[in-house]
Amino acid sequence: MSLPPSLGRRRTGGSPAGRALAFALRIARALFVSQYALMLEFRAEILLWALSGLLPLLMFSLWSGAPAGAAAGISHQAFARYFLAAFVVRQFTVVWVVYAFEEDNLLGRLSPLLLQPLPLVWRYAAAHLAEQATRLPFVVAMVALFFLAVPEAAWIPSPTRLLLALLAAHLGFWLNFLLQHAITMLCFWSERASALERFLFMPYLFLSGMLAPLDLYPEAVRRFALLTPFPSMLYLPAQLASGAPVDAVAGFRTVALWMAVLIPLNLWLWRAGVRRYAAMGG
Amino acid sequence: MDLAHSIARHGRSIARFWSSSLAAEMEYQLNLLIEVAATLITLAGSLFTLSLFFGHGQKLGGWSWDAALVVLGIYTLLNGFSSTLLRPNLGNLVKQVQSGGLDFVLLKPMDSQLWVSVRTLSPWGLPEMALGLALVTIGTSRSGVRPDASALLTGGLMLLAGITILYSLWFVLAATSIWFVKIWNATEVLRSLLAAGQYPVSAYPTPLRLLFSTLLPVAFLTTVPAQAILGLASGRSLMAGLAFAGLSLVASRRLWLFALRHYTSASS
Repeated sequence: MSLPPSLGRRRTGGSPAGRALAFALRIARALFVSQYALMLEFRAEILLWALSGLLPLLMFSLWSGAPAGAAAGISHQAFARYFLAAFVVRQFTVVWVVYAFEEDNLLGRLSPLLLQPLPLVWRYAAAHLAEQATRLPFVVAMVALFFLAVPEAAWIPSPTRLLLALLAAHLGFWLNFLLQHAITMLCFWSERASALERFLFMPYLFLSGMLAPLDLYPEAVRRFALLTPFPSMLYLPAQLASGAPVDAVAGFRTVALWMAVLIPLNLWLWRAGVRRYAAMGG
Repeated sequence: MDLAHSIARHGRSIARFWSSSLAAEMEYQLNLLIEVAATLITLAGSLFTLSLFFGHGQKLGGWSWDAALVVLGIYTLLNGFSSTLLRPNLGNLVKQVQSGGLDFVLLKPMDSQLWVSVRTLSPWGLPEMALGLALVTIGTSRSGVRPDASALLTGGLMLLAGITILYSLWFVLAATSIWFVKIWNATEVLRSLLAAGQYPVSAYPTPLRLLFSTLLPVAFLTTVPAQAILGLASGRSLMAGLAFAGLSLVASRRLWLFALRHYTSASS
């Protein structure tokens, strides 16, 4: 990979690996800062997106009054903590790369981006992380409102749990990103690849634990769900944050296994796709 | 005489609109398979989620499983209706405001609100409507209710009221794009809030129940029509539903006329 001279030569000294790392960090910083500035322009839309993720709180209001929840031995407080954690985790694991990529492809914006000496995926990943940073103040406000409405649910997770939950949520984001990125790569073959995203969202909706904690599922369904990548994106981090019992080791093992499948798959799809790329709108 | 003539004229126009959109959409027959598959998976997932609330022999907000199926069926029906008519047309309205194409609509010899509301028809929501209707039928007969003519009539009337309210909500949101051009993101919020209609409104805590029967009338979209079909609706909720439907339709009309006075084409 040849580097633009202005970027490649600025810092001298240190080991080659250290220089490469410093260079990568500078690129990452520049990408994030520019994308964050871009996302701040869209903060009204991002507020609306954040609001459209209210489903876990709606499910909380149902479950907290449902006799079936109490009969299963889950208290009002436990539901409140689980669904609030699920709401927060969802906010920071939302992925929309397929829509952004499809639009860039159809409008012919992809060609100049592909010429840059930086794999395209990092640009979209930076945009997602910047969007998460833009959401942060809204999410904090929503959590504060929730605790005002349901003060008995207020809690502070233990430091270990909090760290593990943050890690799980962030890994969940990457898992979600990799899954959707695999579909995104189909944009190289089809103009309407985003239509397939629904087939990712439906199992996510019903298996991630967004509508009910997986502990309420019948044993067989629960075991099946835990084999899929979807609970890692919501149930695992939400259980960790809410202080509910969860097999964290098995959860992180599932994340690692799926990563091991999805990273090579994405690389392969990307290489095969770029080779087929024929610019649009040219 | 004049009115009948005008209705017939509009009816003919709408029939032309819809048959031409159908013909255009039939180019994409693979879509039908995709839509049917997606609808079936979603319905299976919704039924599974609903069944969780009935675990350990419990009820949900005083509703039995079979009666709750009617609510879910009506929700599915309305969802299909949204994909068939509301989303394609009102999405177009937003685009026309952005592009200035609304100018040409306003010049047509047809009521502009009617035109923007019914211009296209997307057949891909029809399987969902059929499935919803099937679920309503199954839920009703499993509840051991044989709805007589008056129950069917009130049920149909309340469903029509629900559709009117749903239309008005979508239309008001789309019409505000005349002031706020990027309003379409707000439809995602509306969609997520309407998802509350999958469950009987009595399953929600009191503050939400209040919200769902006033400001955001989810109750009149699904619960009240289901009650009417099952013969459980109180006279008060029927009247309230009809009043809401009438008011929301008038409100959408007033808003449209008001919005048009503020419309300053995109090209100027």
